[in-house]
Amino acid sequence: MAKVVNRMHPDFATQSYVIEAFKGVALVTRQFARNIFAKKDVVTVQYPEDRRPYTPRFRGKHRLMLRDDKSVRCVACMLCATACPANCITIVAQQIDDPAIEKAPSSFDIDLLKCIYCGFCEEACPCDAIRLDSGVHTIPSFTRRDQKAGVINLLSLGTASIAAQGGEHRAHSHEGTAHGRSSGH
Amino acid sequence: MHLVDNVLLNIVLMTLIKFAGFVLAFVMGIATVLTWAERKYSAVLQNRIGPNRANLGTIRAGGLLHMLADPIKMLTKEDFAPNTPNPILFRLAPLLAFVPALLVFAVIPFGPGDNFQVSNTSLGILFIFAIASLNVYGSVIGAWASNNKWSLMGGLRISAQMISYEVAIGLSLCGIFMIYGSLDLQDIARRQGQLLLGFIPAWGIVLQPFAFVLYLACAIAENKRAPFDVAEAESELTAGYWTEYSAMGFAMFALAEFIEVVLIGCVGTTLFLGGWTIPGLHGDAWWIVVLEIGGFAFKTVFLIWLQMTIRWTLPRFRYDQIMRLGWRILLPAALLNLVVTGIVLTFVERA
Ligand code: SF4
Ligand code: SF4
Repeated sequence: MAKVVNRMHPDFATQSYVIEAFKGVALVTRQFARNIFAKKDVVTVQYPEDRRPYTPRFRGKHRLMLRDDKSVRCVACMLCATACPANCITIVAQQIDDPAIEKAPSSFDIDLLKCIYCGFCEEACPCDAIRLDSGVHTIPSFTRRDQKAGVINLLSLGTASIAAQGGEHRAHSHEGTAHGRSSGH
Repeated sequence: MHLVDNVLLNIVLMTLIKFAGFVLAFVMGIATVLTWAERKYSAVLQNRIGPNRANLGTIRAGGLLHMLADPIKMLTKEDFAPNTPNPILFRLAPLLAFVPALLVFAVIPFGPGDNFQVSNTSLGILFIFAIASLNVYGSVIGAWASNNKWSLMGGLRISAQMISYEVAIGLSLCGIFMIYGSLDLQDIARRQGQLLLGFIPAWGIVLQPFAFVLYLACAIAENKRAPFDVAEAESELTAGYWTEYSAMGFAMFALAEFIEVVLIGCVGTTLFLGGWTIPGLHGDAWWIVVLEIGGFAFKTVFLIWLQMTIRWTLPRFRYDQIMRLGWRILLPAALLNLVVTGIVLTFVERA
């Protein structure tokens, strides 16, 4: 069905602009009065004091998740480092005793200055070991030197994850979800 | 006492005192408040909060302290000068914009009698036109001396705009002179104190409503504020003629603009809103005089408010629209107004 477009045919009063200008002044004044007496339209956030909450999907600084026994979940499979488009993940792997896990990182660094917070590492990780959900906005600094510290060692930032994972140290609280050593990653 | 007898010295002293009292205290006072008020006002009507961070310890006073903070900042910032072949002109330009803006107030009657007017000259409004249009030199020379293409474009636009609207504004006020038969602002103000038919104040806006609209449009255009701010037009010309100015040079241009806002308010009050007169109130008692000065200030502030609201309401005209509006609409309208006024006046005098 054809849609009827209502074209504007401004009358002379509108086109003369003067009356419209004063109508505009009236409108603006009404809004001014509203904002003076009630602040409910005001959208300003007083930034350093009030902060707008980040959405749950906000991708902030990375964190490495932990197993129940506080050892790191990462198995140094390098999938994240491979997926990373910015090439900013540096992992040094080491062997560990647990035969079901075999590998763990001995250092896990991300250069936050290079990172573009795309979240590909999070997507690639088969162990739910790396996440960007810390909600921490990368901290700015006044000098370039300070930003060198953007290379963070994530091994110190770990937090527990409840996702099931194999390995000898697996906690018993997740019995229902996985069976002994056989559950892989 | 020997000194006071000296007439010349007396005149100079009185002039200085009056200048300090009215121009420095009243006009500069309002202009300074405007630097804060404009930002705060625009913020509130745009659903924002506006400046509120300047503080003395915990005292913020709703951002009022920005009036103090601004000059300190302006005075201590680097006064950058671009690599220009005209460094002297570059430094001179802000003064050329600032001084005429202040000078014009010499003939504004702030109250009844010579005591409330820095200089009572029968030239009155002609003096205002002559001096007020001088400050376009400040902007144009500043634009030229900045050695910056954007500035130059801004300067060109101001000069074109100024020339176009100077004609229309002069013609729009001619009706007032014809009715009151005087160029002397004090005279015009006094005559507006009379009543028409016993109850309508004989204000310019009543007798010449059309001229008031023309005056306001032309005056805002001459002051190059929105909706006529193509000379700055930050979306097109960075900041137009004052792109290269920083620190106090910039502050003087900005302050000159605010002073002109006050000027438009004062002249509009004097010519259209009855000046200092209050309808139905006559006499020399001190409280009447105080009321009348207060009335003048009130009307001026009202016109300033009107200008500010218009400035934050209307979007900017395009440059060619401004030229067309000036030459094809405002100028003929002003002429028409003049003709009609002349015809009506002739009939009234015959009758
Ligand atoms: S968020 Fe993207 S850029 Fe940053 S480390 Fe992960 S994969 Fe690399
Ligand atoms: S993909 Fe996961 S498990 Fe593999 S190295 Fe990266 S963080 Fe570790």
